[in-house]
Amino acid sequence: MAVKLLGVWASPFVMRPRIALNLKSVDYEFLEETLGTKSELHLKSNPVYKKIPVLLHDDKPICESMIIVQYIDEVWTEGPSLLPTDPYDRAIARFWTVYIDDKWFPSLTRIFKAHTNEAKAETIGQVLEGMKLLEEAFEKCSKGKEFFNGETIGYLDIALGCYLGWLRATEKMGGLNLLDKEKTPKLAAWADKLCSNRVVKEVMPVTEKLIEYDKMLLAKLAQPPQ
Amino acid sequence: MEGVKLLDFWVSPFGLRVRIALAEKGVEFEYKEENLAEKSELLVSANPVYKKIPVLIHDGKPVCESLIIVQYIDEAWSDKGPALLPKDPYQRAQARFWADFVDKKMYECGTRVWKSKGEAKEEAKKEFIDNMKLLEATLGDKPFFGGDVFGYMDISLIPFACWFYSYETEGSFSIEEACPKILEWVKRCKERESVSKFLPDPHKVHEFVLFLKKRFGIE
Repeated sequence: MAVKLLGVWASPFVMRPRIALNLKSVDYEFLEETLGTKSELHLKSNPVYKKIPVLLHDDKPICESMIIVQYIDEVWTEGPSLLPTDPYDRAIARFWTVYIDDKWFPSLTRIFKAHTNEAKAETIGQVLEGMKLLEEAFEKCSKGKEFFNGETIGYLDIALGCYLGWLRATEKMGGLNLLDKEKTPKLAAWADKLCSNRVVKEVMPVTEKLIEYDKMLLAKLAQPPQ
Repeated sequence: MEGVKLLDFWVSPFGLRVRIALAEKGVEFEYKEENLAEKSELLVSANPVYKKIPVLIHDGKPVCESLIIVQYIDEAWSDKGPALLPKDPYQRAQARFWADFVDKKMYECGTRVWKSKGEAKEEAKKEFIDNMKLLEATLGDKPFFGGDVFGYMDISLIPFACWFYSYETEGSFSIEEACPKILEWVKRCKERESVSKFLPDPHKVHEFVLFLKKRFGIE
């Protein structure tokens, strides 16, 4: 097959190109790696970071999840656009994606790494602050529509949406309410809509399965993203 | 508030990326030097999430994060000046990948070279040289990272050239010795007005590093 994706089923980063390929109705072969091992193809395709996901398009490797998503958007132009057309709106979508990867998701992974109750409470506070910021961002970006990208799922929906499985797993494991229907109603509604959409549902790991893998995955995801 | 305003700090490699991109596109802008020890109300309101420079304010709307700003400049002024990103999607992905590599590796590692001592310093030096060698291999025999044309990836890296002297002096090593092709690429980039106009004097940058070392009580 012309399009192959190297990844593991549980990784939120791997979910991102999968959602994008689904949105564009692109057939691809999913080459699943075993967690904890790196195949020769994996090492050869991403010699710089040795990480997944890697998209192979006619054997040419593309690395870094959101770079892959942009590539998919630019190659398969017949499907829905993943980024808005306006340059300012595109910059805003890119900005929040960086925020989510650099600040928000690391704070989520720190919850179970906290050694004291104070540290844990502080980290939970950071995650909740982030949720408030993202609720505001959703209001501005969605312009009254269902998704950050408007009427169809796009770049920022994918960037944040891929972490929802992990968010739910964290809530269950810690008895926490992080995506609060009362405090962040728009974001909560968006999450439900996104997760019930076929392009996401097909590739979203089941929460219980994630919890099973929690120790191994948290250790892996504790490494800097990509 | 119409027009283009850039909130910046003279020695910031991130701010330099934006200045160079604007110059490449021939976009007039108002430069505002920020006092990072006392951030202005404008900066804090334009970038409430990070409160960092650079921030580009275009017709009153702020854009933050240097590489995002460079892409914005390319797209907002697509009818002006050269395209900063290549047309081909695969080449674009490569440009984004390597610019992202520079983002992840250069500043943080370079800072450790001048800030740390002893074994930590030696480790930082080794990592720095390894990163530079990887970039040199990526450049290969091409005049610029994107090929024949100066662009996004070159813009992401060239600002660090004015910091090379500081890294070399503080780290006691020679980047030219380790990566001669990178230095040739730097010379080529400096032939462009956008780069030579804005790149600060490396000795002035080193003075700034010495000032920071004193302030942080290093050595």
